[in-house]
Amino acid sequence: MKLRADLEPIVDWIKPGSRILDLGCGDGMLLAHLRDAHGVRGYGMDIDPQNVASCIAAGVNVIQGDIDEGLHDFETASFDHVLMTQALQALQRPDEAIAEILRVGRTGIVTFPNFGHWRVRMALLRGRMPVTPALPSRWFDTPNIHLCTVSDFEALCAQRRWKILDRRLLNHAHRSGPANRIAPNLFSELAMYLLQAPATAGAAD
Amino acid sequence: MSDAAEGSVGIVAAQRVVIDTPLLLDCGRSLSRHELMIETYGTLNAERSNAVLICHALSGDHHAAGFHEAADRKPGWWDNCIGPGKPIDTNRFFVVALNNLGGCRGSTGPSTVDPQSGKPYGPDFPLLTVRDWVRSQAMLADRLGIARWAAVVGGSLGGMQVMQWAIDLPERIANAIVIAAAPQLSAQNIAFNEIARQAILSDPEFHGGHFYDHGVVPSRGLMLARMIGHITYLSDAAMRAKFGNELKVAVPSFNFDIEFEVESYLRYQGQAFVDRFDANTYLLMTKALDYFDPARDFGDRLELAFARTRARFLVVAFSSDWRFSPARSREIVKALVDAGRDVSYAVVDSQLGHDDFLMPIPQYHAVLRNYLLRVSDEVGATIGVPA
Repeated sequence: MKLRADLEPIVDWIKPGSRILDLGCGDGMLLAHLRDAHGVRGYGMDIDPQNVASCIAAGVNVIQGDIDEGLHDFETASFDHVLMTQALQALQRPDEAIAEILRVGRTGIVTFPNFGHWRVRMALLRGRMPVTPALPSRWFDTPNIHLCTVSDFEALCAQRRWKILDRRLLNHAHRSGPANRIAPNLFSELAMYLLQAPATAGAAD
Repeated sequence: MSDAAEGSVGIVAAQRVVIDTPLLLDCGRSLSRHELMIETYGTLNAERSNAVLICHALSGDHHAAGFHEAADRKPGWWDNCIGPGKPIDTNRFFVVALNNLGGCRGSTGPSTVDPQSGKPYGPDFPLLTVRDWVRSQAMLADRLGIARWAAVVGGSLGGMQVMQWAIDLPERIANAIVIAAAPQLSAQNIAFNEIARQAILSDPEFHGGHFYDHGVVPSRGLMLARMIGHITYLSDAAMRAKFGNELKVAVPSFNFDIEFEVESYLRYQGQAFVDRFDANTYLLMTKALDYFDPARDFGDRLELAFARTRARFLVVAFSSDWRFSPARSREIVKALVDAGRDVSYAVVDSQLGHDDFLMPIPQYHAVLRNYLLRVSDEVGATIGVPA
């Protein structure tokens, strides 16, 4: 099965044979791909019963649970990577979730739609809440309650001293063009970060 | 996948399996031989790889699906889950259900006759553990020529047997499906069991367990025990919805006759149980529950117990179950994750309480069905042609 385009860059960050936890894993396709193509072992976590049933159908380990309730059931540094794709903006406390991700995982991979993208800004200049390809919901039915920009996110990382080991800032075609490098906060639709907690920073191999 | 394709296993007959191999029990005693009542549904494939064992809960037995006679009012206790096209699909799997050792539905237990004395064992029947049941079930598997179960499945006390299988005989179980269970009983759980036992033990007609000799049954004690059990199987919300605090009569009669709906329900359930269950078996089953604690032999570290397992696990809990709540299932899941085992966990949104594990809740059955379809592919269980 072809992997969703926005998930491809993540695969580069994941060591073959590593142990991972995928938060908000959806139907488990990323985990299934990582298992089949890269020998990765691990678990998904999702709150949605349909997604849980789909993961089980795909033979993917899945644990039904709510990221907002924390990751108490997972030991510190018990995973090589903890992933959370496109779920950050829907959480009650994104900052606490990232702190938990970086406690449980030796590295954390976090992706989110960039609220600093020019389409978003254009919509706001027109006085309307943005509805864009990366943010297709309308203001009244969106699950997104904590949207942020690339600059906001990096400011939070700096404040919490989370180490950004790598980042991928992608345009609408999920590629990194020259514009993404010149003005990332303006031209990136999707932001992907490889993070590490301050205490373990430097211990990465 | 459609409901229309679901069917019944139809008319089934129980079989008696005699096991002559001596069985050494945790209590130190041994049984030179024992008999187990079983039912099987579906067909064992040529590779003998598609067998599924069903472990029953406190009051269950070998009659899990189908009907004994066409006129039967009720099918087996898990008929909504076992059958052609059902989650435990008898077109794919060879399903084995048994009445556990110590039971009262035909397997060797306190109410069967001790060949040495010529009288029922009664209180002289040894107390059993979940581990003893797994040993006995493994002997049954040997007899049936099943080296490795495709899956062992059970709810409540049945789920505990599933965990024990995975820990004690890791090479003989490919998949462990643990439903509405707990890694060991809480003090509250044991307290409810103790009240149930005291109700039986203090019934004058119990006669120290030798009531068979007196031609009586400790019916009041057994009835009380079952009434207590039923309270713990239902959620507060379910009881409220089912019974409210409705008076059955127009005005209170200011006595202790049945006045409220819930009293009527509990008395009915208690009385129905007396007619089909043995008091000594009830005592034995509750003790087996209380003793269950696979972590005990591993310094109270469940993850070390699970480190021995090789099976893939599916753990299912029910949101309204307070007897073995989702938090207890999460303890199982956490220990399995810590041990690096394959596990999936689903918590089913439910209303009834602990009893929901017997209900055909769509989300629950979808999870079981999806999981077992994978198992079927793994073990090469081909879809049989219904006879």
